[in-house]
Amino acid sequence: MKLWSEFRKGIFRENPIFVLVLGMCPALAVTGSLANAVGMGAAVIFVLTCSNVIISAFRKLFPPEIRIPCYIIVVSTFVTVVQKVMQAYTPDLDESLGIFIPLIVVNCIILGRAEAFAGKNPVLASAADGLGMGLGFTLGLSWVALFREVLGNWSVFGKPITAGGFDPAVILVMAPGAFLVLGLSIGFFAWLQLRGRERAAVAATRFALAEEPAFGPPLVEQFKREKAEKEKAAGEQPSGPAAGDSRG
Amino acid sequence: MTEPAAPQGAPSAPPAPQAPAARLPEKWLVGSSPHARSGETVSQIMWTVALALLPTCAAGVVVFGWYAGLIIVLAASSAVVAEGIVQKALGRKVSVSDGSAAVTGVLLACCLPPNVKWYVPVVGSFVAIFIGKQLFGGLGRNYFNPALIGRAFLQFAFPTQLMMPQWPIVTRGSVFESLTGDIFKVASGTPGGADAVSLATPLAVIDPGTRALPADASPLAALGKGMGLDHGADVLRDLFLGNVPGCIGEVSKLAIILGGLILLFNRYINWRLPVAYVGAALVAVLVLPVKDFAGHWTGIYAADVYWPYIGQTLLVHLLSGGLLLGAVFMITDMVTRPTTVKGQVIYGIAAGVIVAMIRLYGGYPEGVCYSILLVNAARLVVEKYSMPRVFGTKRA
Repeated sequence: MKLWSEFRKGIFRENPIFVLVLGMCPALAVTGSLANAVGMGAAVIFVLTCSNVIISAFRKLFPPEIRIPCYIIVVSTFVTVVQKVMQAYTPDLDESLGIFIPLIVVNCIILGRAEAFAGKNPVLASAADGLGMGLGFTLGLSWVALFREVLGNWSVFGKPITAGGFDPAVILVMAPGAFLVLGLSIGFFAWLQLRGRERAAVAATRFALAEEPAFGPPLVEQFKREKAEKEKAAGEQPSGPAAGDSRG
Repeated sequence: MTEPAAPQGAPSAPPAPQAPAARLPEKWLVGSSPHARSGETVSQIMWTVALALLPTCAAGVVVFGWYAGLIIVLAASSAVVAEGIVQKALGRKVSVSDGSAAVTGVLLACCLPPNVKWYVPVVGSFVAIFIGKQLFGGLGRNYFNPALIGRAFLQFAFPTQLMMPQWPIVTRGSVFESLTGDIFKVASGTPGGADAVSLATPLAVIDPGTRALPADASPLAALGKGMGLDHGADVLRDLFLGNVPGCIGEVSKLAIILGGLILLFNRYINWRLPVAYVGAALVAVLVLPVKDFAGHWTGIYAADVYWPYIGQTLLVHLLSGGLLLGAVFMITDMVTRPTTVKGQVIYGIAAGVIVAMIRLYGGYPEGVCYSILLVNAARLVVEKYSMPRVFGTKRA
């Protein structure tokens, strides 16, 4: 049960790309095509899971003063493994990812999980955390790459799709497009989470106001009037100010 | 996601003190300045700006034909639709009737080539409104001129459509035909029945390789030749009236100046800002050293300075490209310009120098769009140093 929640948190609630905003370098650089994004994501899943397991298993042996160099050595070992495997079996992918494979060593998300999670938690939980975070990272990269490749190149995984005479917006496969898509996506997911939170807060406020007559009848009256008006207007959206009040 | 929900007891305090304020009558409204308001409304201003843009649009249609008009209408209407959709989606009050979105759309169309495909203005308007305006908070809160954001996006999104070596100009049915004869058709060797011919834009003639007009020939003659015509004497008139290739809104300087006068008489713009912008650009063109094809210094750095050519060079730079369009309609945008006149002059000078540097040294023939976007970004700094001293406080 706990393992499942450790695994799940990396996918949406603490997504490395859109919520933690870690590992931005590959998120901007290799998301020009879906194939690159998925390849990068697979490499990160492997490195993150393995390094989390090893670091967590030996966490009591690392001297606290030099734990970061120790983490780096573990991480770079697995990165070297990934790079050799890629060079042997998928040379094209290795070619197009280039420097970003060795750069996984200094990827914030890997060191971040080692420092924030694997260094303090047991092996199984760390493995679940690494898998979840890696998967969240891959999904994040693929999300960005999907928009960039489809709209910027009219293709999916390199296969052209018909566009009915429209030119692709090549800005999206260039550097500005990476910033645009990533920024808009971060905003979109933050907005989704905020909206969920506000709805919960508003619901709690309404509940408290309706149940507790401690503020005197006028306010309850006002609330009821508001509610009636809102229902009449058929607006399903909760009002912003109420949420702000409840948090203030 | 439910954990940050408010604790049950907490929401009691805040709503109570706010309730009385909301019930005060309108004239007792408590707030920060400004307290004195003119009767002018946003929609009044915006529709006046639209009126000021009318001559420019009309000139674009006259020079380039009805398709240019279609682009303007498409850009404006899709900007209005985009504004409505985005405001609805973001839960804001829908305010498309104030005309600000329509003006953004028209301005965007003014800096597009007349032969882009129909979806280009649509995409551009959506980007301008969504990214350039609403994501920053809507009208009055945007840091950058939305129309120029749209233009900059399109320039990279559809480079083949926006950065062509040869730009079209429609001559059939043009009212300018009677004024200028059919020099374009003759010059490009096409028979008199051609609907359109392609010519290099004035700035593209100046630009490639050297960024300079040759020092040993009359710049106007060189420009006319480069654009494909041998009527050196007519070049200035064509540049002024708009019978040259270019973007829809930038070609006719006469129409732009007319629109500028409308804005000036309504006091929506202060003449010092456009003048500082254009003046700084011309001074920078004069002062910045450039070599010509043969590797000789040009302008005031030439071996024997010939002032008439320098004057012609300056005129060409003044009347080519979007400098005047930017000076009258873009840099003077009420939202993105500095508040004080002093700040506006600083701002205009900075933008003018950037234009000249992009034109003379940069990779693009024209730099008006980027110069304005760059100073937009620097506006808050300008505001900080041009803020008037509050009466009664110490001198700095």
